[in-house]
Amino acid sequence: MEEKTYVEDIDRSLYDFRNEDEDAYKLDEGLTKEIVLQISKEKNDPDWMRELRLKSLDIYNSLEMPDWGPSIEGLDMDHIVTYVRKNTKMAGDWDSVPDEIKDTFEKLGIPEAERKSLAGVGAQYDSELVYHNIREDVAKQGVIYTDLESAVHGEYADMIQEHFMHLVPPTDHKFAALHGAVWSGGSFVYVPKGVKVEIPLQSYFRLNAKGAGQFEHTLIIVDEGADLHFIEGCSAPKYNVANLHAGCVELFVAKNARLRYSTIENWSKNMYNLNTKRAIIEEGGKMEWVSGSFGSHVSYLYPMTILKGDNSKMEFTGITFAGKGQNLDTGAKVVHMGKNTSSYMNTRSISKGGGISTFRSSVEVKKEAVDSKVSVSCSSLMLDSISRSDTIPAMDIRTPRADVGHEAQIGKISDDEVFYLMSRGMTEEDAKALIVSGFADNVSKELPLEYAIEMNNLIKLEMKGSIG
Amino acid sequence: MGEYLMEAKNLHVSVNDTEILHGVDFAVNRGEVHVLMGPNGTGKSTFGFALIGNPKYDVTEGSIIFDGKDITEEPVNDRAKMGMFLSFQNPIEVPGITLSSFIRSALEQKTGERVKLWDFKKKLKETMEVLQMDPSYAERDLNVGFSGGEKKKAEILQLLMLEPSFAILDETDSGLDVDAVRTVSAGIEEYRKRCNGGLLIITHSTKILESLAVDKVHVMVEGKIVKTGDYKLVEEINNQGFEQFES
Repeated sequence: MEEKTYVEDIDRSLYDFRNEDEDAYKLDEGLTKEIVLQISKEKNDPDWMRELRLKSLDIYNSLEMPDWGPSIEGLDMDHIVTYVRKNTKMAGDWDSVPDEIKDTFEKLGIPEAERKSLAGVGAQYDSELVYHNIREDVAKQGVIYTDLESAVHGEYADMIQEHFMHLVPPTDHKFAALHGAVWSGGSFVYVPKGVKVEIPLQSYFRLNAKGAGQFEHTLIIVDEGADLHFIEGCSAPKYNVANLHAGCVELFVAKNARLRYSTIENWSKNMYNLNTKRAIIEEGGKMEWVSGSFGSHVSYLYPMTILKGDNSKMEFTGITFAGKGQNLDTGAKVVHMGKNTSSYMNTRSISKGGGISTFRSSVEVKKEAVDSKVSVSCSSLMLDSISRSDTIPAMDIRTPRADVGHEAQIGKISDDEVFYLMSRGMTEEDAKALIVSGFADNVSKELPLEYAIEMNNLIKLEMKGSIG
Repeated sequence: MGEYLMEAKNLHVSVNDTEILHGVDFAVNRGEVHVLMGPNGTGKSTFGFALIGNPKYDVTEGSIIFDGKDITEEPVNDRAKMGMFLSFQNPIEVPGITLSSFIRSALEQKTGERVKLWDFKKKLKETMEVLQMDPSYAERDLNVGFSGGEKKKAEILQLLMLEPSFAILDETDSGLDVDAVRTVSAGIEEYRKRCNGGLLIITHSTKILESLAVDKVHVMVEGKIVKTGDYKLVEEINNQGFEQFES
């Protein structure tokens, strides 16, 4: 039995298996008002949500495709299936999940991880959550962890309406608008005042259907003085047609609260990952991002943090690994609004086999954000001469009373290092994998152990056959 | 004996198509300590790198025999597994792996067997004591932020833990203060006790040799060994320098 999070060596087949989707309920390809209304009907949306979907569709149609990043020409929106649902209902206990889907997640090690180290798990298969569970003791603390669809109708309906796509409005960019129109699935988390969730919650997103899009929405509210670690994992089997991921993550961190949001993304290499993540932090709150980007064909991913309250903080730790055929444009954005706010970005990017890895950052310090501190540090490692690595930092500092630091390093893997390790008996492959893992140490140190192991396995996997 | 532990025959070595070594003959028996001396830039380190198999150093002529096998074309990692070792003049910093787990994985590579953690830790601790190394270094990333002296000690620690049958120490004493040189010498002595291996010590100072029984001294000038003798040759060099050997 292969298990995603606990194995020494994983092979590609672990992520690459696919299930036939004959019995799935699927909407037609493309994007029309009819399709959007059909999704809305499927979900039994309240009026405001249906309106939001239709408004988003209009915005989508009025906006241009982004023209500043990696090419997304291969993405033909007329052929993306926006909604795919297995003929199943969401289950609260693992045994009720249909075998085929259960098997998928078991192969990925999700229930195993839940038993060992998680406070709650959500599992999304194509467009819908198929499983959601939270540990009883955590639920007793008043922590809500549920699928967004039921939250829209339940006790927290007002809270959802108040927050949903307020941080990332559909007008933000074309794919935010697309998301607003066709979103489906995702999680809602609410951590009440003062509650500290000791072990992480995790949502796992699996896109099985060919030529489909996944548009899950994650909405997390961490109330005053509360504390949460949320983990997001993503994967998909490889197809020869484009798949699209345009999820949206909105995070609200209240006064003196802390949220850590970790992602290990390993989409297959036919995926366009155009994801939007944003957090707003109130006074004294802290946002910590840990982000590992390994998969996808093209990524645009720049989690943004708005440091609204005085003394709020953010840390972003990221790693991006672009191999053959991948163009990964990743980074982070921060806006300092409150006084004495601080941000720290520490990223690594690795490219090999002709892959392109771009680090793009944006730092804005408003006039009011006096005594703020900014530190941006990014390093790139190119494993061969055909790969590319770029750094595009932007800074807009409107107060002289800010302490701003930026450092960037771009390097190649050094023959001397490889030789040194090999002189102790290591193979060239292992030596290079070790150097790359060491380079990625900033991120693996921030991850829970089993995810750090998984990340190192992903690096080893990427390094295999990269010699020559 | 009949067969040497390690033998270089008529070794010609080029770096970037420039020949540095012009036919070096050299042989070591098990248990012997050889010293290679000579002025700066004369090819001593090149010789060490060529023996261990650095791909930047091209052997254009001649051969290297180790344990009766021609290893001239073998990659460095295979030579290491066969029992060759080079203590680097400038050890490389490698973040992401601790000194301790690096040595352990090197041992496992070499023996092909899993190393028992308990036994390993015990031996590592004892060996670090011999080298007067603070035990906390074992759990620090390999050479990262180590002082010059600690890096050299870490090399000798690897030598003692991996127990190769032939080791090249490339300027292990350079840049060390008197106490550190003494500690490193003690480490080398310990290696001889543990393994009875062959040693090639590349140096241009003689401090490190004081407490060692040296079997042979070679003087290299301009890519050739110009004289071989016993320990007396060291004294000669101490008194007169290398000028007498230069043509």
